[in-house]
Amino acid sequence: MSVLSIKDVSKIFPNGNVRAVDSFSLDVADGELVCLLGPSGSGKSTLLRMVGGFETPTSGVMTIDGEDITRLPPEKRPTGMVFQSHALWTHMNVFKNLAFGLKLRKVSPDEIKRRVEGVLELVGLGGYGTRGVGQLSGGQQQRVALARSLVLEPKILLLDEPFASLDQHLRERLREEVRDIQQRLKITTLFVTHGQDEALSMADRIVVMRDGRTEQIDRPDVVYREPQTPFVAGFIGTMNLVEGTVSNGIFSRAGYSTPLPVSDGPATLAIRPEALDLAAAEDGGQGKVHRVTDYGTHGLVDLDLRDNTRIKAMVSHPDLFKAGQGVTLKPRAIAAYRDNALIHRA
Amino acid sequence: MAATLTHRKIDWTGIAFAVVLTLIIVFPLLVVGTWAFTNVWRYPSVIPQEFGLRFWEQTLARADVWSSITMSLTLAFTVTALSAAICLPAAYAFARLDFPGRNLLFFSFLAGHAFPKFGLLVAIAGIFLQLNLIGTFWGVVLIQLVGTLLFMIWIPVAAFQSVDRRMEEAARDVGASPLRVFWSITLPQAGPTIAAAILLSFVGTFYETEGAWLIGAPQVRTLPVLMISFINNQPVIQYGAVLSVLLWVPSFIALLFARRVVNSGSFARGFGG
Repeated sequence: MSVLSIKDVSKIFPNGNVRAVDSFSLDVADGELVCLLGPSGSGKSTLLRMVGGFETPTSGVMTIDGEDITRLPPEKRPTGMVFQSHALWTHMNVFKNLAFGLKLRKVSPDEIKRRVEGVLELVGLGGYGTRGVGQLSGGQQQRVALARSLVLEPKILLLDEPFASLDQHLRERLREEVRDIQQRLKITTLFVTHGQDEALSMADRIVVMRDGRTEQIDRPDVVYREPQTPFVAGFIGTMNLVEGTVSNGIFSRAGYSTPLPVSDGPATLAIRPEALDLAAAEDGGQGKVHRVTDYGTHGLVDLDLRDNTRIKAMVSHPDLFKAGQGVTLKPRAIAAYRDNALIHRA
Repeated sequence: MAATLTHRKIDWTGIAFAVVLTLIIVFPLLVVGTWAFTNVWRYPSVIPQEFGLRFWEQTLARADVWSSITMSLTLAFTVTALSAAICLPAAYAFARLDFPGRNLLFFSFLAGHAFPKFGLLVAIAGIFLQLNLIGTFWGVVLIQLVGTLLFMIWIPVAAFQSVDRRMEEAARDVGASPLRVFWSITLPQAGPTIAAAILLSFVGTFYETEGAWLIGAPQVRTLPVLMISFINNQPVIQYGAVLSVLLWVPSFIALLFARRVVNSGSFARGFGG
């Protein structure tokens, strides 16, 4: 049973005819964490803001638990939003920030105190109630922002790039914490991010967006292993995308060729660096090593095809290769795309 | 650090400017202040021959002085309150809403200050004469209200604009109505800067002279108007000096108050700094 249902929602901003969100549909199940992943301008934030009630869809319908919320103002929606810039009220202390929504709901002072303290414990800020917002670190502020939403027990939690302003280390820690809390409370969550790491490590399902449209909706491992479009293939993880032509079941590009059992025509070949083996070649080979980088656990070889198309390969023994050397490419897994669709995988 | 400190040049030009400015501002105040507490001061003595409170007693014994103090305070409070009631919602509209003619209207508040004020006042006085507002309390309120519009619109507009929209959205998100958001989030956030604007218009109104004189005289007499007539009609300097020192009181109190309410950044923020 889906809690949140988005059907054919579009958003066209009055200034300009760009469809920020274009016929978007999504069903989010109870307790699920869905990541909206895409580059800036892909419409993911606009979509989230429409669910939160801060933008009105140009067309389409959104329901929460079967109830139409498309035209409801934010204060009437059972959603809780955590903003990128935390948006805490700096003229109130932590306790008052959390208590504000409860007061509006006419919750008794004792109950407010109990719930606020409970949620502060949950986000690891027990006893911070009397602190001013300005006295907190960036990570603590974002935790308070999360607590402010959680204390109202929303049906759907909306997170708009909540860790974007934090440093790498803190970001990784917070996303683990948020995931733990989300799973403990079993709260349905919609999470916007442009970081694939965040999406891959947190989400139950990922929605990859581009130009206001869905490119693919799948579990993180599926999105990574079986990208349905070259855009998804290139956006998630590192991917070698080689454009070439297929003729008589052979794909070729600048001296490199490999069997590809599809009809004749143009095609884009996709190979993950970790699925590409290299072999030293005596006679120049298919490509020439440009640079070898040793990361300790593995090595990365940058090589150029004859027309200088750059390709990356992950190798376990980087010392076997050196710059200028000719190599032959031996992919273990490939996918091929034509007209923005997957046509072959092996 | 030590090296840069010892090698730092003394900014003589800066010091000279500071000294000259201080002299220009402080010296007249000093002279007026001295005159107010002087009983006898004849040429060529540099220091008064006799200090004393004689003229304070004489000035404060006059009924018209007390009535003008009351009048000035009543006017300043009324004008500031009215101005806030009218201008703050308007400022919010200017800051947050987009409507046709917004920019033109916004800059029209500058118009009252862009032309010679006295000419404008005379024209307004002509209109007020027909409306029977000359010499009335509310006539003076109206004319002084016009003078506060610029401060009370422009500064709060900047204050409202500097309030983070996300803060307001977060308040909507937890269930606050738009009105509640304005009251609980926007106003407190813009508060210190708006307090600065209110303070400026209170002090400005208290000292406003031309409008009060042209529209109010002779029935409505404010403290500055009374001071002018004292200076014009009395050969004794001390009367004017005593009133002048009396006039410092509200701005002095306002400044003390300002230091408590307004943090140093708020004025600058109000002016778009």
